[in-house]
Amino acid sequence: MLMPKPEGAILAQRQGLLTDLREIVPGEGVIADNVALRAYESDGLSAYRSVPLAVVLPETVPQVAAIMQLCERRGIKVVPRGAGTSLSGGALPLEDGIILGLGKFNRILEIDYENRAVRVQPGVTNLGISLAVDDNGFYYAPDPSSQIACSIGGNVAENAGGVHCLKYGVTTNNLLGLEMVLLSGEVIRLGGKHLDSGGYDLMGLLTGSEGLLGVVTEITVRILKKPETARAVLIGFPSSEQAGDCVSRVIGAGIIPGGMEMMDRAAIHASEEFCHAGYPLEAEALLIVELDGPGREVDHLIDRVGEIATQCGSTSLRISQNEEERAAFWAGRKAAFPAIGRISPDYMCMDGTIPRNRLAEVLKRMAELSEHHGLRVANVFHAGDGNLHPLILFDANAGELETAEKFGADILRLCVEVGGVLSGEHGIGIEKRDLMAEVFTEEDLAQQQRVKCAFDPNGRLNPGKVFPVLHRCAELGKMVVHQGKIPFPDIPRF
Amino acid sequence: MAEDLQPTDAGQVTEMLAWAAGSKKTVELVGGGSKAALGRVVETDYRLHLSALDGVNLYEPEELVLRAGAATSLGQIQAMLAQQRQQLAFEPPDFGDLYGTTKEQTIGGVLAANLAGPRRLKAGAARDHFLGLEGVSGRGAAFKSGGRVVKNVTGYDLCKLMAGSFGTLAALTEVTVKVLPSPEKIRTVLLFAQDDAAAITAMSQAAGSPHEVSALAHLPAAIAARSAVSYVKGAGDAVTAVRVEGPGPSVEHRTEALRRQWGALGAVEELHGHNSNILWREIANVAPLLPDRDAIVWKLSVTPSLGAEVMRGALAAGGAGYYDWAGGLLWLALPANEISSEDGGAGLVRGAFGGAGHATLMRGPEDLRASVEVFQPTPPALAALSARIKDAFDPHGILNPGRMHGAF
Repeated sequence: MLMPKPEGAILAQRQGLLTDLREIVPGEGVIADNVALRAYESDGLSAYRSVPLAVVLPETVPQVAAIMQLCERRGIKVVPRGAGTSLSGGALPLEDGIILGLGKFNRILEIDYENRAVRVQPGVTNLGISLAVDDNGFYYAPDPSSQIACSIGGNVAENAGGVHCLKYGVTTNNLLGLEMVLLSGEVIRLGGKHLDSGGYDLMGLLTGSEGLLGVVTEITVRILKKPETARAVLIGFPSSEQAGDCVSRVIGAGIIPGGMEMMDRAAIHASEEFCHAGYPLEAEALLIVELDGPGREVDHLIDRVGEIATQCGSTSLRISQNEEERAAFWAGRKAAFPAIGRISPDYMCMDGTIPRNRLAEVLKRMAELSEHHGLRVANVFHAGDGNLHPLILFDANAGELETAEKFGADILRLCVEVGGVLSGEHGIGIEKRDLMAEVFTEEDLAQQQRVKCAFDPNGRLNPGKVFPVLHRCAELGKMVVHQGKIPFPDIPRF
Repeated sequence: MAEDLQPTDAGQVTEMLAWAAGSKKTVELVGGGSKAALGRVVETDYRLHLSALDGVNLYEPEELVLRAGAATSLGQIQAMLAQQRQQLAFEPPDFGDLYGTTKEQTIGGVLAANLAGPRRLKAGAARDHFLGLEGVSGRGAAFKSGGRVVKNVTGYDLCKLMAGSFGTLAALTEVTVKVLPSPEKIRTVLLFAQDDAAAITAMSQAAGSPHEVSALAHLPAAIAARSAVSYVKGAGDAVTAVRVEGPGPSVEHRTEALRRQWGALGAVEELHGHNSNILWREIANVAPLLPDRDAIVWKLSVTPSLGAEVMRGALAAGGAGYYDWAGGLLWLALPANEISSEDGGAGLVRGAFGGAGHATLMRGPEDLRASVEVFQPTPPALAALSARIKDAFDPHGILNPGRMHGAF
C-alpha cells in the first residue's frame, strides 16, 4: 500500500507545530513522545502502521477550530480519529500529519424523549447511546458489531451499519443533526431536531465521507422505542443456495425482518467452538432471522418464515425461547471475527455488497479463488441487504499478507462484477482505495474530488485515503470536458 | 424566451450541457414540469426537456430495487410496484392540485425535490431511498454515484447531495431507488377535540411507543371540516390521527393498544384501509389548504415539541394550518390579503421558530417567489460552503440558475 510521500517541509516544522499546538491544548492534550505515539500507529486495520507527527486531543470545539486553522495555515495534514476501530484504515496516521483524536468528546449532551432525539459528542460509543436511554425503553438502531468500542463520530464517518439495518436503516438514515469544523476553522451546524432541512444535504454527504471533508464535533441522533418483543430463529440449510433462496422468498413475501444474517460452514464452526451458541454443525449455511414487534406479530411472522424455510429445504429450525437465548444466538454472530481470530494467526475482513440473488454464484467463485490463492475463507453475510463479510485466513509471519491482499482484491472485483460495490459499511480508507477505478470512471472520481475541494481546497484533511490518485483542486477545476456539438442540427426542437 | 431542447438520450444530454457549459448558456432542466412553480423563478437561455429519459430499466421485487430513466412517470412506477404489492415507502405527495397542474410527476423530479409524505416519520424521505444515479454535471460531464445496493460506502454519497438540489448541480439521467413491500393492513386511530398543544403531546406519546406508527397528524377543527372522510369531517372539532401498518394480527394488536392509550385522553374512533388512504392522501397532498386558491402556502420543518407554539406565531396575522410528522411538519395557508404582500409572510413565519428549523414557500405568485427567499436562508459560512459545492458541479452557473437562492 503506497501512501503519499511525507513532505519534508512539514516534517521540518515539527518543533514549531508542537509549540503552537500546546498553546491551543495545554497539558497532556498534545502527545509527541515517540513511545506514546505508538499507541496511535494503526486503527482496526492493523496490518498497516505509521507514526504520526503528533497526536492532539482537544476538549472543546474552539480548540478543534484553532487546531484546524493552525494546520491549514502551516500546511499540516490532519487525520481525524474516533475510537480507532476502522477496518479500512480510515484513521491510519500519516508521518507528516497529526492525529486529531476526539476521545475526550465523550459526553452525552442532551436526551430529549419528547422529540426522540439524543445530542452527543462524537467520542461517545455507539452502545453508550443505547445504554443511556435504555431505562426508558429506547435505543439507537444502527448496531455495528464493534458497538461496544466504536464511536458515534466514527459511525458517521463510515456510515456504519450493523445487523439490524435492513429494517431500521444505516447511520445516515438515523441522524437528525451534525456540527462540523472545516479546515478554515469555520463551525457549521446542519439539521437539528427537525426532519428535513432543505438546501444541499450536507449531512448526507458528510455521512460516509471517511473524515475527508470536516471534523464532526456534535451529533444528534434519532432514537426509537424498543420493540415489545424480539425473537431470533436459527435455520440450518444443506447449501448456501437454499439459504439464499430462503432470504429472497422471505422478502418476496413482504416480510422485512429486524435482522437476517447468514454464515457459512467455516464461520458456523469457528463461532460455535468459541461461543457455544448451539449452532447446527451439520449445516452448510445458517440463517439467523430476527423478528420484532408485538408478540402476536412476531409469532405470526415466525410461522411464515418457518414455512418458507421448510419449502426451501431447511434441515433445522430453532426459535429463541427467552432473551438470554436470543442474545446467545447473536453472540455467536457478533463474535464471528474474534472466533476466526482463534483459528488463524491473522485474518482480513472484507466488506463488499452484492445483489442478494447473486450470492450462490459469488460464494462458488469465492471458493475457487480460495483454492487458487491457497488461503481459507469464512463468510458471514448481512443477508437481508447483501453485505458480505468474507474473512480471509492467513499467516503474516509466513509471508501470506500479500497473497491475502490479492485474494481480497479479487473478491471485491467479483462483487463489482455482479453489480455490487467495494464497501457496504467499513469504508474505502486505504484498504480498497486502489480498487476505486474498478467502480468509477476518471470523471466520477474527479467529480467526487471536486466536492472535497469545496471543503478542503489544499487537500490537508486525511489525504491518501479513498482516492487512488490525488489531484490538486486547481487542476480538477481546469479539466476540460469535451466541448459538445454546437448547434445540434439533428436534434428535435420545438 | 428560452428555446426548447429535446435530447433523445443521456448521451445527447451530455453533448448539450457540454456545449452550454462551453458557451456559457444557461439551461432550465425540465422533467414532467409538474413542480415548475416550486422554487424561485428561473430565466434561462434554454429549456432542456428530459422526457425522453423514460422507462423502467430494472425492477427486481425480491431484491427491493428499481432503476428507471429520470423522467419516468411516477404514476407508471407506482402502478408497476402495486402489481407486486410494493411501494415507494417515502410516500411521495402529489402537488398537482396545489399547483393547479395535470402534468405528471417524474421519479427524477420527486428525488430532485426530496419530497416525502406522512410516512417520512417512520420510513425517511426520498433521499433515504435514493440508491444510485447517473447524471450530467453543469460541466457537461457524465458521472455516476451509488449503485443498486442498500449498503454502500464506496465514495461520497452524491445521491444525498442531488436529493433536494432542484437540478442546480446536475441533470439526473437515470436513478435507482429502494422499494419496499406494501403493508398488508392499514388502520388509523382518530382522537377528537384536542387543542394543538395537547395534540402534540398525544402524538409524541404515540411516536415514543413501541407500536411503530407510520404517520401522525393533527388537523385543527376548521381543517378537519374540509376532509372527505365522514368521521373526520363530521367531528365538529379537531382531529388527531395515527396510522398503523403491517401484517394483520399485528395491526389489530397495535390499533387496540393505541386506542387504549389515546382513549385516556378523549374520544377515539378507528378508520379502516379505504378511509385511511383517503385521509392520509389529503394530508400528504395539502388538500385541506386548497379551498383558498390565492393563499400563500408555506411548509415548515421544526422541532416537533415546538410545533404548536410555532403555528401560533406564524398564524398571528391570520390563516390556517395543520400538522404532519408528529408536529414536526407544519402546513400553512396565509390569506394573501391579510399578510404583507411584500414578503408573503416570510418574516412572520421564519420569525416563529427563530432559525431552528426550515421554512419553504411552497406556493406563491411569481413576483413573490422572485423577491423572497423561497428556501430557508442559511448562516454565511454554510451559504458559502453550499456555493462552493454548486461551483464544484456547475462552475459556470448554467443549471437552473437562481432556482434555490439568488446565487444558485
